[in-house]
Amino acid sequence: MRRLGFIIPIALFLMVAAALGLGLRRDPSILPSMLIDRPIPVFDLPGLPPSEAEGLASSDFSGKPVLLNVFASWCVACVIEHPMLLRLQAQGVTIHGLDWKDEPAAGADWLAQRGNPYTLIGSDPRGRTGIDFGVTGAPETFVIDGHGRVRYRHVGPITPEVWSGTLQPMLDRLEQET
Amino acid sequence: MRRLVLGLVCALLMAGPAAAVLPEEQLADPVLEARAREISQELRCVVCQNQSIDDSDAPLAADLRAIVRERLTAGDTNEEVMAYIVARYGNFVLLKPPLDLQTILLWSAPLLVLIPGGLGLALYLRRRGRASAAEPTPLTAEEQRTLADILKTGDAP
Amino acid sequence: MSAEIGQLALILAFMLGLVQGVAPLVGAHRGDSVLMSLGRASALLQMAFVVLAFGALATAYVTMDFSVELVAKHSHSTQPLPYRFAATWGSHEGSMLLWVLILALHGGALAFFGRSLRETLQARVLAVQGLLSAAFIGFSLFTSNPFSRLSPIPLDGTELNPLLQDPGLVMHPPLLYLGYVGFSVAFAFAVAALIEGRVDAAWARWVRPWVLSAWISLTIGIALGSWWAYYELGWGGWWFWDPVENASLMPWLMGTALLHSAMVLEKRGALISWTILLSVLTFSLSMIGTFLVRSGVLTSVHAFAVDPERGAYILVFILIATGAALALYAWRAPAMRTGALFSPLSREAGITLNNLFLLAATATVFLGTFYPVFIDVLNGDKISVGPPYYNMTFVPLFIPLLVLVAFGPILNWKRDTVQAALVRLRWPIIITVAAAGIGALAFGLAKLGAALGIALGVWLVAASFMLLVRRWGLGRKGAETGRLIRTTPLAVWGVAIAHAGLGVSTIGITAITAWTASEVVTMVPGQTIEFAGRRITLDALGAATGPNYQAEQGRFRIEGQGRPFLMVSEKRFYPSSQSQTTEAGIHGEAMGNLYISVGESATPGAATVRLWWHPLVGWIWGGAMIMALGGALSLSDRRLRLAMPARKTAPAKTGEATA
Repeated sequence: MRRLGFIIPIALFLMVAAALGLGLRRDPSILPSMLIDRPIPVFDLPGLPPSEAEGLASSDFSGKPVLLNVFASWCVACVIEHPMLLRLQAQGVTIHGLDWKDEPAAGADWLAQRGNPYTLIGSDPRGRTGIDFGVTGAPETFVIDGHGRVRYRHVGPITPEVWSGTLQPMLDRLEQET
Repeated sequence: MRRLVLGLVCALLMAGPAAAVLPEEQLADPVLEARAREISQELRCVVCQNQSIDDSDAPLAADLRAIVRERLTAGDTNEEVMAYIVARYGNFVLLKPPLDLQTILLWSAPLLVLIPGGLGLALYLRRRGRASAAEPTPLTAEEQRTLADILKTGDAP
Repeated sequence: MSAEIGQLALILAFMLGLVQGVAPLVGAHRGDSVLMSLGRASALLQMAFVVLAFGALATAYVTMDFSVELVAKHSHSTQPLPYRFAATWGSHEGSMLLWVLILALHGGALAFFGRSLRETLQARVLAVQGLLSAAFIGFSLFTSNPFSRLSPIPLDGTELNPLLQDPGLVMHPPLLYLGYVGFSVAFAFAVAALIEGRVDAAWARWVRPWVLSAWISLTIGIALGSWWAYYELGWGGWWFWDPVENASLMPWLMGTALLHSAMVLEKRGALISWTILLSVLTFSLSMIGTFLVRSGVLTSVHAFAVDPERGAYILVFILIATGAALALYAWRAPAMRTGALFSPLSREAGITLNNLFLLAATATVFLGTFYPVFIDVLNGDKISVGPPYYNMTFVPLFIPLLVLVAFGPILNWKRDTVQAALVRLRWPIIITVAAAGIGALAFGLAKLGAALGIALGVWLVAASFMLLVRRWGLGRKGAETGRLIRTTPLAVWGVAIAHAGLGVSTIGITAITAWTASEVVTMVPGQTIEFAGRRITLDALGAATGPNYQAEQGRFRIEGQGRPFLMVSEKRFYPSSQSQTTEAGIHGEAMGNLYISVGESATPGAATVRLWWHPLVGWIWGGAMIMALGGALSLSDRRLRLAMPARKTAPAKTGEATA
């Protein structure tokens, strides 16, 4: 019975070591989105100049699964991601854009220079809609199903691996559901 | 201008150390501003490394500070403001972890050590203490000689 | 050339470490003196090679040899000389080499000074040390080689992170590592004792000074880190409960417990298995700390490297080292318990109770630090633990602990009574209650907590002073006070001063927590504001340059209390690394620090000025230095360090040592 006390330290230690070992494989900086399996927040944003009237609203997200890409003209990684988005658009993927914390004119210029992969664009200079989405930076991409529910969030640029490994299979599956 | 400055000083004395809050961000109502500071100090800046939104210079932190103040001005209670932000960013944004089934171990850590440890110590002392009250056994003749030796040679350091 | 020498030296040191790890262990088992002396020889030789390797790296840094990859990454032609040298340990690989250096130096010291130890004990201790050494050198060689070359050789380097270009950097890591690694000696002794199956007076006498010196270094290292963060990070915080800070606090708390447990073991032969367990845990916490900083398992401002692969290596090593030690403990320690008795009210009991509180405090910090990882592994949820948690758990734990600290030195060994203890402490009690009362009246009920905090500090200082007063026989008839003062052992001075230092820090922490004043305002040159009873004027806002930076500088004139003085604060930009730092202006006064920090403002021609008044903040670090001083005085007491003379007759029995 007394010996039991002496076993406690090693027992506790092994549990802690196991937890730390498993913890090595997790990334502490990745935050899962709070919106997973929840409807997207209600919003109604104007568009970029000169088409301010044609913006992006939550009502635009129904019927089929789409991507929502958060970008900005000051975002360096967005430049890297951009060609990928154009390629996806060419393949028929619907991508809506959220110009986050950006001067509308700057966002419009940026797209004019590089091409516009987006079907609809919302301008969010104050960033409030972004915060409603739980955005922590650009670029981020949300997968939204045909019922207007968020199913996945990817933080960082969409690479070919991310597309073929995660996003494309997900969109295909959601297409079949609808 | 001086009255505003003095008012700010009073508000900040109530709230605690200022850090990243800019003068233009602060609310005019000192009570609300104090509440905003309090709440901000309990919210983590999720794009920083271990800072509250009150302390951080990051743009997202500034946005969240502004949102806290907007919600307070709109009449939310402190809990409602926190809930608003947690709904968007998750429990990770709380610097004080919630108290639920998952975190019960965390919150009871001190007691988990003190109570069993204290009981164990008490039992140990009770058992030992009883023995120490007994008379020490007298020295044998050999031990007495060794003792005399040590005293004579002054070997003790 | 020096990098190759360093590389070779490190490889040789690795092999010697393996020899040192195995030969004496076998030798002690077989009673083979030749093998055991091989342990001593390889320890000394290994030390020499590690010194050579470290010297090689330092030389590469100082001579700006950019062909060495590390130097190219952390040094620059405009970097001032002290920081070129200190940059040797300003990176993951370099700091690992510093760790290895200190480990090797300790091993060498054990080999050299430990000749009066029982041969088998010294052999086993050196063996454990050697294995530790080999593991860390191996880590360095196989995953974090400091000597890799770069080709083609760049014209100039990327400078050392500007946050690290600071006098604090020169001192902070070496002191911390002297602490972390110093506890490895206790670890080695504990494992050796477990292998041998016994602990004797020589063991206790040996362990205590090593633990004390490690503790002193760690105390200073932590205080320095806190002070450095205070003036470097630009917003006047002194402790953030950051995971890496916690990684240094945990070995300190456990090391404090170990220190006192070792004292009980030496004086009374009690708490054998406790002391062994604490020895193992303290160094294990040091290793877990190193794991934390380098593995990326937690995010932190301090993280040296975010490298799960390296983290895995360290974790495996900790698993082996600590796992083996704790397994040995579970197996052997039950048979090693002593017969030394003490009553529930005695110094031993007081120290044991205090150790319990320290253990609880360590567990709290440990859980707070690692809980996010545990939860993430369990179900992927992300939670975070910040200062509010620690304020609600750690602080309430420390308060009874601080009250108990004063009782320890005043209680008798073995047996004492409550009445006698309270009588001895009557003056400190009276003074403390008076302080609390005065504080409550002066500060009001709103600041009752602050009044109690100050009273707690007063309690510690008064009780410590009481120790000396009793020793000097003040107030006792016929006492030769003069002689008693002169013959007070250094160890008694040490205890009193160390505990008093704790009280001083407590007062400082209470003051800055309760009475910090702050202000943030947009100012233009020529504008004056009132703050903390002074008039502060922004005299000028302009540009300034340094050896490797450009800055926006604000110059302030402060008047209103005593002679006017100037303060400067600047925002620096380092072109070579494209990074920015804020240098705050700090004016230290008797009652606190005035702290000013400038930043950009949306208004052109203006600056955002943040001002703080930090009451008694200096007492926090001052108190820590006083604690270290107390420790140093204890350490210099020769009675503690005289080794037991080798006896030809019966082996030393537990409890024989007096003093």
